[in-house]
Amino acid sequence: MYGNDFPADDTSSGLLGEVEAAEMALREAAERGRHGAAGADPAAYFTEVIAADQKVEPRDWMPESYRATLIRQIAQHAHSEIIGMQPEGNWITRAPSLKRKAILLAKVQDEAGHGLYLYAAAETLGVSRDELVDLLLAGRQKYSSIFNYPTLSWADMGTIGWLVDGAAIVNQVPLCRCSYGPYARAMIRICKEESFHQRQGYEILHTLAHGTPAQREMAQDSVNRWWYPSLAMFGPPDTDSTHSAQSMAWKIKRFSNDELRQRFVDMCVGQAEVLGLTLPDPALCWNDERGAYDFTQPDYAELMRVIKGAGPCNRQRMEHRRRSHREGAWVRSAAAAYAAKQASKKEQASRKERVA
Amino acid sequence: MTAYVEQTGPRAVPTASGTTSAAPELTPAAPEPVTKRFEFVLGLADDALVAAQRLAEWCTRGPEMEEDIALSNIALDQLGAARLLLTYAGELEGAGRDEDALAYRRDDREFRNCLLVELPNGDFAVTMAKLLFLAAYQVPLYTALAGCGDERLAAIGAKARKESAYHLDHASLWVRRLGDGTDESHRRMQAAVDEVWPYPHELLTPDPTAPVDPATLRADFDSVVSSVLTEATLTVPETSWTPAGGRNGVHTEHLSYLLAELQVLHRAHPGASW
Repeated sequence: MYGNDFPADDTSSGLLGEVEAAEMALREAAERGRHGAAGADPAAYFTEVIAADQKVEPRDWMPESYRATLIRQIAQHAHSEIIGMQPEGNWITRAPSLKRKAILLAKVQDEAGHGLYLYAAAETLGVSRDELVDLLLAGRQKYSSIFNYPTLSWADMGTIGWLVDGAAIVNQVPLCRCSYGPYARAMIRICKEESFHQRQGYEILHTLAHGTPAQREMAQDSVNRWWYPSLAMFGPPDTDSTHSAQSMAWKIKRFSNDELRQRFVDMCVGQAEVLGLTLPDPALCWNDERGAYDFTQPDYAELMRVIKGAGPCNRQRMEHRRRSHREGAWVRSAAAAYAAKQASKKEQASRKERVA
Repeated sequence: MTAYVEQTGPRAVPTASGTTSAAPELTPAAPEPVTKRFEFVLGLADDALVAAQRLAEWCTRGPEMEEDIALSNIALDQLGAARLLLTYAGELEGAGRDEDALAYRRDDREFRNCLLVELPNGDFAVTMAKLLFLAAYQVPLYTALAGCGDERLAAIGAKARKESAYHLDHASLWVRRLGDGTDESHRRMQAAVDEVWPYPHELLTPDPTAPVDPATLRADFDSVVSSVLTEATLTVPETSWTPAGGRNGVHTEHLSYLLAELQVLHRAHPGASW
């Protein structure tokens, strides 16, 4: 009753094609099987598996820092899905048509689902979801800074889909080929859903940009506010990125922050033209020599401030999550107490049966 | 203004800007004959729409991530049923109103939902008590509609009854868990049942001329609810208070606020497409 009722367009088909190729590569790698076994030198075997583009699986030996990097990255990704429900959740009750309400509700629900798969992928590395949630609530693990910006108009539902989900897809498609099997498999599923999210956001903006003057203005204002924060989603420039080199060697990460940012800008320019909206960068222009667009970098000092907690909504987002968690505590305790009572009743019944 | 407020049927000519429209538009044209069937379908549609709106308020606030997803699912089911029913109601009326005209451009006095669904969410126990009662009514209702002579209602009933069966399972499980969980959850669940208990009465008021007479649903409703409450170690409240009025457009104070939020953006842009 909700969902895929838009005409197809090709805004994200290139990326979706990459997801499908990654899925095929994953199957082929699984069919090939891995050569040999860990044997006496598990570290050498780990290096071989990565070199052969095979997947590292939960029971395999892995360097502690590989495990820690993955836990950090997957947890941060999971937290982003859960916190990321809030800016869009903000408009569900006010969505301007019933169809849009249904699609937005389904979208936010998908994000909760993504959070769950990702926590499950992190759990294969020997950490529990509860521990990770506690780290988030204690402010000791981060989520994507983009969610610390407010959603001030309905057009933001379109822009988040187009730019924020678009940037997320550009970031995440390469993760479908990540060396850690459970993460790669979760990402394939997530990217497929994200590409639908991006399309529906683009479609919202397209409708607004071709609507009344007030709707058009709402759309342009929204793109103006979200463009640079979306560029900042790819992280600091390569010269300042601390985790990149090792992650590239381990095939957790496959392209640099700046490469992905450039890919995103190049993808957006044509889409903005179709929308009839302007990207708020007067310096944006095609560079024939590089075969790419020149563009103004986002304000990385602002990115750092937001990461450190000084964005417009950091406090609000965290307090919302803490409050929901706190207010649900009695419900979770009740569920645990009920389950324990049921289990003990069952045990008593089976004991009686055995005695009889 | 008074004449408008006292009008019991839907407005013959909807105005895009609702209550803020210019004075001449406030005087309604002579109401078209309103069919009984239209009112009946509108009542069910509004129940589902308002229930969806309340359940959607839980999104990002659930006590567990899995429960956040479950509540959104139920909200989506209710919203889906509301859309089908509103579309059908609009066709029955024959005044050119589609699902959005009916959802966004009626005032609270024109809504026909029961009071139960518009009550605030309260804590999770209140929400589960509301959902238990709503689902215990909607399951036999949609089942009966699935076999009724109106083909459109029969098709909607056939689809919605499966969804309602899941809602009933979900709410029943939580009422049992909370009722027979901890002391605190038992206390909260009993308080929730006490608070919400009087409201389903309105849903089961006899109407022999309706496609499904609500009175025929009472036996199913009573048996499901009493068995869940017993298993949950909860007590059936004693009260003779039977609040009603929703089906006639006389609501609690809560509905107008709910609609203000639901309709604000749509009404701010008369005539726009989304």
